[in-house]
Amino acid sequence: MVPFAGYDMPVQYPSGIIKEHLHTREKAGLFDVSHMGQAFLSGADPARALERVTPADLAGLKQGMQRYGLLLNDQGGIKDDFMTTRLEGEPALFLVVNASMKESDFAYIGERLKGVATLAPQPDRALLALQGPAAGAVLSRHAPGIDGLTFMQVVRTGIAGIPAIVGRTGYTGEDGFEISIAAKDAEVLARRLLREAEVMPIGLGARDSLRLEAGLCLYGHDIDETTDPVEANLVWAIGKRRKLEKDFPAADKIMQALHCGAARKRVGIRPDGKAPVRDGAEILNKDGRVIGRITSGGYGPSLNAPIAMGYVEAPYAGDGTELGLSVRGKIVPARVAPMPFVAHRYKRAI
Amino acid sequence: MSETRFTDQHEWVRIDGDEGTVGITKYATEQLGDVVYVELPSVGKSLAKGAEAAVVESVKAASEVYAPIGGAVTTVNEALNADPATVNASPEGDGWFFKMKIADASEATKLMTAAAYADYVKGL
Repeated sequence: MVPFAGYDMPVQYPSGIIKEHLHTREKAGLFDVSHMGQAFLSGADPARALERVTPADLAGLKQGMQRYGLLLNDQGGIKDDFMTTRLEGEPALFLVVNASMKESDFAYIGERLKGVATLAPQPDRALLALQGPAAGAVLSRHAPGIDGLTFMQVVRTGIAGIPAIVGRTGYTGEDGFEISIAAKDAEVLARRLLREAEVMPIGLGARDSLRLEAGLCLYGHDIDETTDPVEANLVWAIGKRRKLEKDFPAADKIMQALHCGAARKRVGIRPDGKAPVRDGAEILNKDGRVIGRITSGGYGPSLNAPIAMGYVEAPYAGDGTELGLSVRGKIVPARVAPMPFVAHRYKRAI
Repeated sequence: MSETRFTDQHEWVRIDGDEGTVGITKYATEQLGDVVYVELPSVGKSLAKGAEAAVVESVKAASEVYAPIGGAVTTVNEALNADPATVNASPEGDGWFFKMKIADASEATKLMTAAAYADYVKGL
């Protein structure tokens, strides 16, 4: 157990990170992510209101759907990344934000949306994630019909008789679900799902290696207030309509970066050899000049190889560019590589 | 007769005459989790007692391994390059890191015996 964002969290269960990781890709893993921040946002038009602090197209978010968003500060830096859901027939939006940022996010949103929308944090809600190719079959046993959901669809339904908000979403690159329930019901549901033959409990360690293989950002490492959406390669999180209306924080600056190109870019990196290269390692060009820094790095169990992501000066961001990584005073040869490192297997609508 | 001694940093050294074989303890591997890479010292390298001798990388993090006693590296366990998980499977057997020619045998007598180390770990 380790302290994480004010919670005691398991890095791994007895089977260990590699087994947990591979099991999630092969069958199904259950993650307790109740430390994440959940909230409802209500008001006359909460989607339009929330667009004050994010470039996501939330007004255009359809009922029963979830969307990824970036919470921006006035300089265009990323305060957090979060998910917004518009539940069928409900006026309030349902938000999920990062654990380490929830207090700061909620304060920021509350202040910026004062008078137009009201944020109601839900500290008594828990969040479980069931991820992996068997997740649909497993969850169907407790919620018939749930396997009909496609990627990013969300419903209110019962699971084993427990009222839940269930979304076909996750943070592993695999098909799967995130299940929001009352905290008092969490243990019962977790134990029920763990009784299924395909399901193994998964700790923070494998959560990190799974998301890194999937090329997904970890807030505080790969994105933070010093990175903007363009250099973070998250331009897809800016809605088409928002680009035209330019009414999000630092829109002019971000649109200019979008047109002129950012000075640095977040890229995937494959180090040669076996040694993992960690967060903070310097990235060098062939002449030995420092051109960037690793922001996430480790070992990818599905690839049996080290993988990393980091920021490099824009001319070095092309796939296949040869780089050097500084590890304990030695230079490890590496290459810019496309992400995700392991293909996503979401169940997309056809 | 060989004797194995232990450090409070969870290294072990098995002493056979003037040869020392060094590795990390089962307790260490349990703390580290799955080992994915071991950076071994160069053969011939002279290590003082307590000097950084190797690096063991688990999925979680990198950890230094220190020389339990002083000496010169004579052999490294190349098998760990191909299969670093041997460290988890057999930390005090096939998962050894390197062998050294012991410089000063008296240094070993200051390290913990197996029984003392077992007590030490119990107290952690």
